Amino acid sequence: MCLSDRRIYTHPILEFKRGKEITIFFEGKPIRAFEGESLAAAIYAAGINVFRLSPILKRPRAVFCMVGKCGSCIVRVNGIPTRTCVTPAEENMRIERISNLPEASKYEKRLVSEEIDVDVLIVGGGPAGMASAEVLCGTDLSVVLVDDQIRLGGQLIKQTHIFFGSRELFAGKRGFEIAEEYSNKLSKCPNVRVLDRTTVIGVFKEGVVAVSDEATYLIRPKYVVVAAGAYENYLVFENNDLPGIMGAGGAQTLMNVWGVKPGNEILVVGSGNVGLIISYQLLQAGAEVKAVIEALPRIGGWFVHAAKIRRYGVPILTSHTILGVKGSERVEEATIARVDEGWNVIRGTEKSLKVDTVLLAVGLTPNTEIVRQFGVAMKYIPELGGLVPLRTPYMETSVENVFVAGDLAAIEEATTAFIEGWIAGYSILIKAHGMKEEYLTKRENLVRMLYEYRSAPVSEKVRKGWQLSLIPCEVSAK
Amino acid sequence: MRHFKETGVVDLDTLTKMGYVPDEIRLRRGPVAIYECVEEIPCNVCVFSCPFNAVSKNKITDLPQIDFSRCTGCGVCVGRCPGLAIFVVDVSKEGDTGYVTLPHELFPTPSKDGEVVLLDREGREVGKGTVTRVYRDKITKSWVVTVSVPKDLVMVVRAIKVIR
Ligand SMILES: Cc1cc2nc3c(=O)[nH]c(=O)nc-3n(C[C@H](O)[C@H](O)[C@H](O)COP(=O)(O)OP(=O)(O)OC[C@H]3O[C@@H](n4cnc5c(N)ncnc54)[C@H](O)[C@@H]3O)c2cc1C
Ligand code: SF4
Ligand code: SF4
Ligand code: FES
Repeated sequence: MCLSDRRIYTHPILEFKRGKEITIFFEGKPIRAFEGESLAAAIYAAGINVFRLSPILKRPRAVFCMVGKCGSCIVRVNGIPTRTCVTPAEENMRIERISNLPEASKYEKRLVSEEIDVDVLIVGGGPAGMASAEVLCGTDLSVVLVDDQIRLGGQLIKQTHIFFGSRELFAGKRGFEIAEEYSNKLSKCPNVRVLDRTTVIGVFKEGVVAVSDEATYLIRPKYVVVAAGAYENYLVFENNDLPGIMGAGGAQTLMNVWGVKPGNEILVVGSGNVGLIISYQLLQAGAEVKAVIEALPRIGGWFVHAAKIRRYGVPILTSHTILGVKGSERVEEATIARVDEGWNVIRGTEKSLKVDTVLLAVGLTPNTEIVRQFGVAMKYIPELGGLVPLRTPYMETSVENVFVAGDLAAIEEATTAFIEGWIAGYSILIKAHGMKEEYLTKRENLVRMLYEYRSAPVSEKVRKGWQLSLIPCEVSAK
Repeated sequence: MRHFKETGVVDLDTLTKMGYVPDEIRLRRGPVAIYECVEEIPCNVCVFSCPFNAVSKNKITDLPQIDFSRCTGCGVCVGRCPGLAIFVVDVSKEGDTGYVTLPHELFPTPSKDGEVVLLDREGREVGKGTVTRVYRDKITKSWVVTVSVPKDLVMVVRAIKVIR
C-alpha cells in the first residue's frame, strides 16, 4: 500500500480550519488526522484507496457519497461498524477493514427515549430547513431542527463558488459562508433546538423517531417541514464500483469541506451545473480535469459555468458517454465513446483516458423517504427530478400541517430552497397565529419572488413540472 | 460556428449581435466592460455592484444591458460576477499594447509586473503579457488582474496562466 498525502494545503480561495492534529490507526498503521474532521476524509487523505471489501464478491470499496447515504465507507471503528464519512475523527481511533456483513445485533443503539413535544419539527438542515427555522426563530413556537451531517447547511457547505441571484438572496456570497452565517444565527435562537448528527428514521403513530449516536428521540410535532434534500444519481457502466468513482457531491465534500483532493487526473461525467462547477473547483484544488463528457448534444448547465473551464482548456465532449473503467485497487483508465441521438454508442469511436478518478454528476433524485411516511400524495414528475410530494403554493402537502421545501419538492437551487423554506415557515406562523397582515404580505411577496425567479428560460423544465405538482390551497389560507 | 451551448465558447459575432461590444469611438475613449453573459439566467449581481449605474435589467432573468457611455471601465463588476463573465478591455493608449482586466481564482496567484501566459476562450496559449495591476475583491476574494496584451488580442484573451 503506497501512502501519499492528498490534503490541500494552499487554496486560492479557501482556508481550511483544521482541528488539533491527532493520530488514528488504519489496520494497525498510524495515520495523521485532525480532530473533528470526517474520519473518511482523514483515511482517504492518507492515500488509502480501499476502505472495505464487498461481502460476497470481495470487491474493493471506498468513499462515494460522503454524506452517509451509500455505505461504501463503512469500516470497523474501535470494533463497531461505522459510516466514517459522517463520523468525526478522534484521537487513537482504531480502524479495521470489513469484508463481510457486520453482525448487526451486537451493536444495537441505546434506547434513551427522550420524548419531545414540539410545535414544529424540521427535517433537514440545508437551505430550505434553515430558512423555515429562521422565520420561526424568536416566535413563541418551539422548534426542533434535525440534521444528520457533521456540519449544518446541507449542500451549501461544499459550495465555494460565488452565488448567483439577487441582492436580497445572498448573491455575491459563497455558499459555505451563508451556511456558517445561518448556523451561527440559529444557535442563538432560544426557541430553536438543533439536533445535529441525528437522523430522522421513521414516522409512526406515536410520533417521529430520530436517532443520534447518543440517543433515540421520539418527537411529537404539531407542524412538520420536511426539507431532506436530494441524493445523487448513479450510472451503470463496467466496473462502476471501483474506488476512485465518486458522486460529484461526494468529491465536493472531500475537497471543499475537508480540504482533501479526490484525485489528480479526473473525468467528470455530466455537464449540468454540478458537473461544470465541480470541474472548476477541481482546477482550483490543483487537479487536472481531463474532460467533461455529456450524452446530450448540448451542454446541460449554464453557459457561464462552461466558459469558466473551457478557458483553462478543459474539453467538454458532448454526445459522449462512459463505457467502463479499469484498475485494480482504484480507477486507472476510463473508456469513453461517442453516442448518436438515440444514445447508442457509435462503434469505432471508443477512446481511453488515463484518469485516476471518475466523478458522476448525472443528476439528483428527491429524497422523499421520510415525507412519504406521513402519507402525503406523491406524483412522478420527471421535470422535478422524479417522485415528488404534491403541494399547495404555500408548500403544504396533501396531509394537513405537513410542509415540504427545497430539493425534495423539486430539484432546483439553493435560492429557491430558501424561498420555499421561508414560505413554509410563514405558513406555519399563519396557521398557529391566525391571518396576521404582516405574515400574509411577507408570504405573498415570497410567492411572487419564486415566480419571478422561475421565469428564466433556464428554468423552463421546473416551471412546467411545478404546474403539475400543485394542489389547491386550503380555504383558510385565502 | 457551433452554438455556444454546444461548445462553451462564445464568438465575437454573437457578442456583437447581443450588443456587448462597444463601437470604435467608445473603445478608443478608454477602458470599458465586455459582458460575456449570453444566456438569460436569474442573476443581477452586476446590476447592483456597478457604482456608476451602467448596468440594468428589467427582470432578474433578462440579459444585462450595458450603457457604455456610463461605464468607466472601473472593473468592480469583474471581481463580483459569479459567472466570471465580465472583462474590461482598454485599447485607448498609444502604441500596440492593449489591456484586459479579468477575474482569476487559481494558483499560482499573480503579482504585479509578473509575466503570464495569455489564454483564449478555449484555453489555447496565444502569447505572453505582463500584470500591470492586481487586487483582491473584498467580498468575493477573487483576484482582479489587469494584463498587457497585444492590442489586437483584447477580444481574444480571457484567462491567464501565471508562470512561477
Ligand atoms: C455542485 C452544486 C452547485 C450548486 N450551485 C448552486 C448555486 O450556485 N446557486 C444555487 O442557488 N443553488 C446551487 N445548488 C443547488 C443547491 O445546493 C440545492 O438546491 C440546495 O442545497 C437544496 O436545499 P435543501 O435544503 O432542499 O437540501 P440540502 O441542501 O440537500 O439539505 C438537506 C439536508 O437534510 C439532511 N437530511 C436528509 N434526510 C435526513 C433525515 N432523514 N434526517 C436528518 N437529516 C436529513 C441532509 O443530510 C442535508 O443536510 C448547487 C448544488 C450543487 C450540488
Ligand atoms: S466596469 Fe465599472 S462602470 Fe463598467 S459596468 Fe463594470 S462596474 Fe460598472
Ligand atoms: S453578474 Fe455576471 S452572471 Fe450575473 S447577470 Fe451579471 S454578467 Fe451575468
Ligand atoms: S456513506 Fe460514507 S461515503 Fe457514502
